[in-house]
Amino acid sequence: MTATATGTTLTFAKALNTALADEMAADQTVVVFGEDVGPLGGVFRVTDGLTARFGEERCFDTPLAESGIMGMAVGMAMNGLRPVVEMQFDAFAYPAFEQVVSHVAKMPNRTRGKVKLPLVIRIPYAGGIGGVEHHCDSSESYYAHTPGLTVVSPATVPDAYTLLREAIRHPDPVVFLEPKKLYWSTEEVDLEALRAGAAGIGRAVVARPGADATLIAYGPAVPTALRAAEAAAAEGRSLEVIDVRSIVPFDDETVCASVRRTGRAVVIAEAPGFASVASEIAARVQERCFHSLAAPVLRVTGFDIPYPAPKLEQYYLPSVDRILDTVDELQWEEA
Amino acid sequence: MTTSTGKPRRDPVGHPLDHMAQTAAAQDGAESFMLPQAAPVQLVDPDGRHVHNDMYPLPDGQTLLAEYRQLVIGRRVNEQANALVRQGRLAVYPSSHGQEACQVAAAACLQGQDWMFPTYRDTVAVMARGVDPIQTLTLLRGDWHSGYDPYEHKVSIQATPLATQLLHAVGVAHAAKLKGEDTVVLAMCGDGATSEGDFHEALNFAAVFHLPVVFFVQNNQYAISVPLKHQSVAPSLAHKAIGYGMPGERVDGNDLAALLGVLLKGVDRARAGGGPVLVEAFTYRMQSHTNADDATRYRTDEEVQAWLPRDPIIRLRSYLTGLHLLTEQKEEEFARDAETVAARMRDGLNAEVQVDPEDLFRFVYTEKTAQLREQAAKLREELSRETV
Repeated sequence: MTATATGTTLTFAKALNTALADEMAADQTVVVFGEDVGPLGGVFRVTDGLTARFGEERCFDTPLAESGIMGMAVGMAMNGLRPVVEMQFDAFAYPAFEQVVSHVAKMPNRTRGKVKLPLVIRIPYAGGIGGVEHHCDSSESYYAHTPGLTVVSPATVPDAYTLLREAIRHPDPVVFLEPKKLYWSTEEVDLEALRAGAAGIGRAVVARPGADATLIAYGPAVPTALRAAEAAAAEGRSLEVIDVRSIVPFDDETVCASVRRTGRAVVIAEAPGFASVASEIAARVQERCFHSLAAPVLRVTGFDIPYPAPKLEQYYLPSVDRILDTVDELQWEEA
Repeated sequence: MTTSTGKPRRDPVGHPLDHMAQTAAAQDGAESFMLPQAAPVQLVDPDGRHVHNDMYPLPDGQTLLAEYRQLVIGRRVNEQANALVRQGRLAVYPSSHGQEACQVAAAACLQGQDWMFPTYRDTVAVMARGVDPIQTLTLLRGDWHSGYDPYEHKVSIQATPLATQLLHAVGVAHAAKLKGEDTVVLAMCGDGATSEGDFHEALNFAAVFHLPVVFFVQNNQYAISVPLKHQSVAPSLAHKAIGYGMPGERVDGNDLAALLGVLLKGVDRARAGGGPVLVEAFTYRMQSHTNADDATRYRTDEEVQAWLPRDPIIRLRSYLTGLHLLTEQKEEEFARDAETVAARMRDGLNAEVQVDPEDLFRFVYTEKTAQLREQAAKLREELSRETV
């Protein structure tokens, strides 16, 4: 962390770490636990220093068992705490799936709102870091498909901070997807302004304004979409980029307002495209904006294959070229 | 530090294996303390005679008399619920007939500030803890997934997935410990659930974090149709405790006195900061898994008949009658109390229940999402057209 007169330069990971520390300081009921989150500070150092500062009752390592972590978090939330648990990697969260789907997501509904579960499930997710298998899954569709879960994914350093703080304060369980490849990205932020500012669960943002077509992206695909818009601008095409941020609840209003203005849309996501969040967004836009559309809504997603080995991931991930090629297919000649 | 020969070691750093040797030695002592007794603890035998046990004194007569009343009510609840299924008032009922002593003891061993985490077969335990019978049976009546406020009696909702609730129990206990609350948590499951991964994770977490949890396994010999020998070849389910570093105990699950003795000891130990324990009650599911099951397909009538003389009510009745505590007058009084509960079940469940379609959307999130508002409006509109 380096401070200047106007702001502080933070990595994405440090922004998350600062959010955790700020929220733990503000609320004694916030507890952080998972695998290696204690003295080590997490494999991505997101919980760095929390045990030293808040004690091992507030930030601690658990036995290596994800269902145990998740199930224990349910009970702790039932009994008045706000657990923030870390699943070490996306694919390592699967042992906890039953707890997430059958209990985390359903408990408030099963009890007619008597039991609230204000807990956060932090998941380092998606690829682009040359990780070996089981370390790079984009698992958002599983969670987004499960009613009762709130699912968010920040794509910027300020959002990493504000969304995480908001997620911890949220009355319902939040699946917080942290794009691994962004952990080391840096931005200069005004921390004091962030601390005072509102975040955006349920709200998408226009990450880059444009007029000719809308790129709709979230999480790790947002920087790629922004680079594509930059390249398109050089070619004389103005692309708007929407950062979805909140997958559930989904902000139809912001997304559709943009598409109605531009008349064209491409949805971009890393996950395999079949039965995915990208499919859902494409369907929603088509249902709501049909009469404003000059072309079908297209998608740039991962292929429908298991996440590839490190030396092959470049062929899998949505790239600037693939996005621009897809934008070219939006029936411009008929416009 | 000494060697096995008793000579002092000259190497001040010691041998790398010393630590292991010490740990093994420590465990030698601990193991015997963690090991369950050779046979399930029994304090009153099937003929109603007191069986002496050095570790577990017999609860006093008045306590047993009060809990005997609960047994009688519990048996009546099981009968009435089965009848209500036949009449179509309950979708299904997993009966605890034969296991009522476990049910009653589960409620009796807890104090008001403690928590109970029951399964779908623990209806009688939930009612014995004080939850209203109709609210308890909401799940099986089918108008909602759970009908009671878990915080009112500190009873979590009845779990239909297996062993998942054990981890929630661990979490409640962990939060209680961090907050300095005087709370013990009773985490209940059956023999089949001990095969689930969450059973393992729950016991391990409870032990590692030294939490006030009493794990209470009702081993009724069957997981639907599958007998215990296909679940585990451990010497007993209670022996599993030793692998987690907690004491395990086996108890005759049809002996209310022994159940009270063993569970109360576990609860007291947990409350005093002694950490978790695992209690296995050896009992028998006298009826099918549910009314939808046919137990004759996987067990013989002879086997079931053999358990009849071990019934939990018969033996306690003999014992208390022998003490002249249980009189004919008392028996009549208890039967009337049981009938009152049964009548309450009939009245409550025969009444037509009104469901509100708006409830479908009401509790999914604290605040309805725009999408759910839209869907609720669509359903409302659809229904308004039907009634025109």
